[in-house]
Amino acid sequence: MVNAWVPILIFIAVGIAFGVVTLLFARLIVPQRYGRVKLEPYECGIEPTTDARDRYSIKYFLVAMLFLIFDVETIFLYPWAVIVDELAWFGFIEMVVFLFILVVGYFYAWREGALEWA
Amino acid sequence: MVEALILPLVKIVIVLVAVLVTVMYIVLLERKVQAWVQVRLGPMRVGPHGILQPLADVLKLFVKEDITPARADKWVFTAAPIIVLVPALIAFAVIPFAGDLTLFGLTIPGRIADVNVGLLYVISVAGIGIYGIILGGWSSNSKWALLGSLRSSAQLISYEIAVTMTLVTVIMLAGTLSMVGIVQAQLAKGWWFGFMQPVAFFIYFVGALAETNRAPFDLPEAEQELVAGFHTEYSGMRFAFYFLAEYANMIVVSTVATTLFLGGWLAPFPNVSWLSFLGLVPGWAWFMLKTFGFLYAFLWVRATFPRYRYDQLMRLGWKWLIPLAILNVVVTGLLKVLV
Repeated sequence: MVNAWVPILIFIAVGIAFGVVTLLFARLIVPQRYGRVKLEPYECGIEPTTDARDRYSIKYFLVAMLFLIFDVETIFLYPWAVIVDELAWFGFIEMVVFLFILVVGYFYAWREGALEWA
Repeated sequence: MVEALILPLVKIVIVLVAVLVTVMYIVLLERKVQAWVQVRLGPMRVGPHGILQPLADVLKLFVKEDITPARADKWVFTAAPIIVLVPALIAFAVIPFAGDLTLFGLTIPGRIADVNVGLLYVISVAGIGIYGIILGGWSSNSKWALLGSLRSSAQLISYEIAVTMTLVTVIMLAGTLSMVGIVQAQLAKGWWFGFMQPVAFFIYFVGALAETNRAPFDLPEAEQELVAGFHTEYSGMRFAFYFLAEYANMIVVSTVATTLFLGGWLAPFPNVSWLSFLGLVPGWAWFMLKTFGFLYAFLWVRATFPRYRYDQLMRLGWKWLIPLAILNVVVTGLLKVLV
């Protein structure tokens, strides 16, 4: 089974090489005439006064946290899905219990307003 | 030696070139389709009916001045486009483009690799691309870019849950994570999973639109509000990488949809005798035909639907698609156990 991954490793190497070589090649042929104004970040023509890395909405952080929980739990379903036929009723009931706990958490997050985007 | 290294390398180069050429011409097709929908002609100047337009675009992007803003983090700013592009390309490693081909007496599998966790590999590789978007937006040190990348990553991870959840049903039907195994399961069952799982297919399609930042979910680059989103500060070849990655991702989700829901390289109606001539068309041609049908649907949707507002987008993802996907998993599981 290890052998099956060799082509994938080759592909990753080729992909990275493609990206790096193309960028280096482009670097050699592009014109480079920089000025102070050209190198400023774009803010619709107004000179930027503050750093861009300011505070941002807490909502993004909440979404990231919910994603972490839900995605890990979803990946948890994959092994069960592969052998669902063998486990039959036992596996199904186990999974319903598991999903029920997930859904309770989901509706809690919903009621607390974590899914609202105002 | 030939089996283990040279053959995969040849296939990798073929796939890479095919993907790049497809990206070039999908861009042209998109402009043409959009134009026809709006009763325009689209690009007409470069070559007959504009068929050389992609070459002109590539040349232009190659020789454009490539600016790194003075306040940006130089190395992260350069690495981010590569981090976006490489996963979009290497996802093709496990896609089965065809069944076994016979060439010069050699039996060549029509795929680069067949690993037993193929579908999981595609999902995880697709997840890496999000890092590139966040890093690109953050390292630009520009307000538009940062806002765009925050929106973009929030959108991508929201829809990723629905897509990952909905694929569970496909795995249940196939009983394997291998992409080749999934196609063979569809052959064995005599039904393509798109017809056995229409709800999963629908959720996957909506999620695919959102995950590739396509209209009507193209909020990360909503020109009217955010200038250009996370790649506001990018120009030249590094911008081209973001562009390339977006379209390569479109092709990835189309090929995955073809494999999971439309029977991959299989010909339709294998058991209807008067339609048996369909089996004469080679498998890779069927695969390409289905993939292009999917890609055309992407362009069609873009020309038809207006853009969602951000709160509507989040509501659709979190409050409709995720519960629907969970329900679909439970119902499928129940049917699996009962039947």
